[in-house]
Amino acid sequence: MSPEPMGFYTDTTVCIGCKACEVACKSWNQLPAANGGRTELSGDSYDNTRRLDGIHWRHVKFIEQFEGPYEGRWLMMSDVCKHCVEAPCLEVCPTGAIIRTEFDTVVIQSDVCNGCRVCIAACPFGVIDINHVSGTAQKCTLCYDRLQAGLEPACSQACPTDSIQFGSIAELRERAVERVAQLHAQGESRAYLYGADPDGPLGGLNSFYLLVDKPEVYGLPVNPRLPTRNLRLSSLLSVASGLLLGALALVGFRKRRMDERTGGGT
Amino acid sequence: MSDTFFTSAPHWTWFIVPYFFIGGLAGGACFLAAVLAWIGRPEDRPVARTGFLVGFAGAVVSGLLLTLDLGRPERFWHMLFQSERLPHLSFKSWSPMSFGAWALLLFGLFSGLAALGAVVEEGRLGRGGRAAALRLLHTGPVAGVIVALAASLGFFVAGYTGVLLSVTNRPIWADSPWLGALFLSSGASSGAAVLVLLGARRGSAPGSLTRLVAFDARALLVELVLLIVFLASLGPVVGVWLSGWGVVLGLGVVLAGIVIPLRLHTRGGEPGGSFPIRAAMLVLLGSFLLKLCVMLASEGISLRRMAERM
Repeated sequence: MSPEPMGFYTDTTVCIGCKACEVACKSWNQLPAANGGRTELSGDSYDNTRRLDGIHWRHVKFIEQFEGPYEGRWLMMSDVCKHCVEAPCLEVCPTGAIIRTEFDTVVIQSDVCNGCRVCIAACPFGVIDINHVSGTAQKCTLCYDRLQAGLEPACSQACPTDSIQFGSIAELRERAVERVAQLHAQGESRAYLYGADPDGPLGGLNSFYLLVDKPEVYGLPVNPRLPTRNLRLSSLLSVASGLLLGALALVGFRKRRMDERTGGGT
Repeated sequence: MSDTFFTSAPHWTWFIVPYFFIGGLAGGACFLAAVLAWIGRPEDRPVARTGFLVGFAGAVVSGLLLTLDLGRPERFWHMLFQSERLPHLSFKSWSPMSFGAWALLLFGLFSGLAALGAVVEEGRLGRGGRAAALRLLHTGPVAGVIVALAASLGFFVAGYTGVLLSVTNRPIWADSPWLGALFLSSGASSGAAVLVLLGARRGSAPGSLTRLVAFDARALLVELVLLIVFLASLGPVVGVWLSGWGVVLGLGVVLAGIVIPLRLHTRGGEPGGSFPIRAAMLVLLGSFLLKLCVMLASEGISLRRMAERM
């Protein structure tokens, strides 16, 4: 019997921005340091990682909402691959390097990927990027190696506040719904779940979030979609354009022959 | 703000921009060569032969550029075969990167055969015992099938690149379904332009060049209309062109690459004279700049900056 779908539920309201998840991820997956290990400060934020990429598979976003030096708030969100049920990256990968595992997670096989980078452009969340050491596209594997050994992913194990929770998707959804109800009862009426609905965009996300502001505030798309939504129309318009140009060429050269036959040629 | 602004750039730059330009040009030239081979006169044969040679050379260069752009170039064959399950093919009819790799390979094969036929026809190959067999490559039904496949695949390669961009989630590219049609028209006009440029040196008849110039003018008009439709289809995302790339699009693509060549075409002149030659060079420049600014305008978008502006 195959295991049930597994994933992450991230409650952003209890994230304290400690970045233990980032460190645990880097450490377990042996990801190289940026800039050869030289410290590089962002200069405009306390967050110096800035984004997910080929060597940062976890990233704690600091959303700094300040109107003055003493009034404002931080929203913290530990971002990661969403392991979409209908995964855009898997859909377009031409080499078969991106697979869905027995845990319903999405993994890039680094020994198959040839670095064409179409998955980077397809991902609606900006999760994937090239790891310049391997020359291949890389992202969170949801610690596939640890899951196969019966362990939980390094990031969720390291999280000191249980902002990142790992488990079966069905159980995590129940837990998340209860948490939203609890927050609403406490007066935090803005709390809602992003990506937990299996009937929602991309068939639901196996890494879903509890948020307290609009998705775009966290750098998340409101309605992430599959890239193939454009395939049919774009192809049809290209074919129509080809037929028009072909007709122009045929008519132009045919006309020339007819002109010459009637003595009016160029 | 469009959801496409939350994505990462795939870094398709200095190999892919020339690939889109050369692939489009080669596909367009090969298609026009096929049309001339089907319904042209004997005097059109030099242009047709040039078109097949351009098609094949362009396919080879395109393949090299695509391979060099890979993070792991030695694994280029993973696009075509399942690396873990040889000899199973790797093919996804819904992934333009997948079927595009196959289309380019087959375009190279059939344009190569058509180019070989052209070389044989010019008497540079196939003298002696193999002459009869090689003659099949430029006369008769076998040659007809080869030419038809090379032309179809050429147009396919010229257009699928735009479809590939639309089948992503990136700003500009995924915000319009018109890029495939636009790139195809650009490929057709640049294909005609390169045949005009090379034709004069390869003994093309003045009549052939005149007709190519006339076709180029029509293709440029189609390209201009499609460019306007493409920009209109972007909706609020059209604001991304309020940048340096918008200047390149306006001055480089529209003015220098379409409007001025159209003006030069209408002024006429000798087929091998300065006006058609200048127009052809500008068309090639415009086609390159179109690919350049469509690619880099999207590549360079900074999420933060765009979020503040739009």
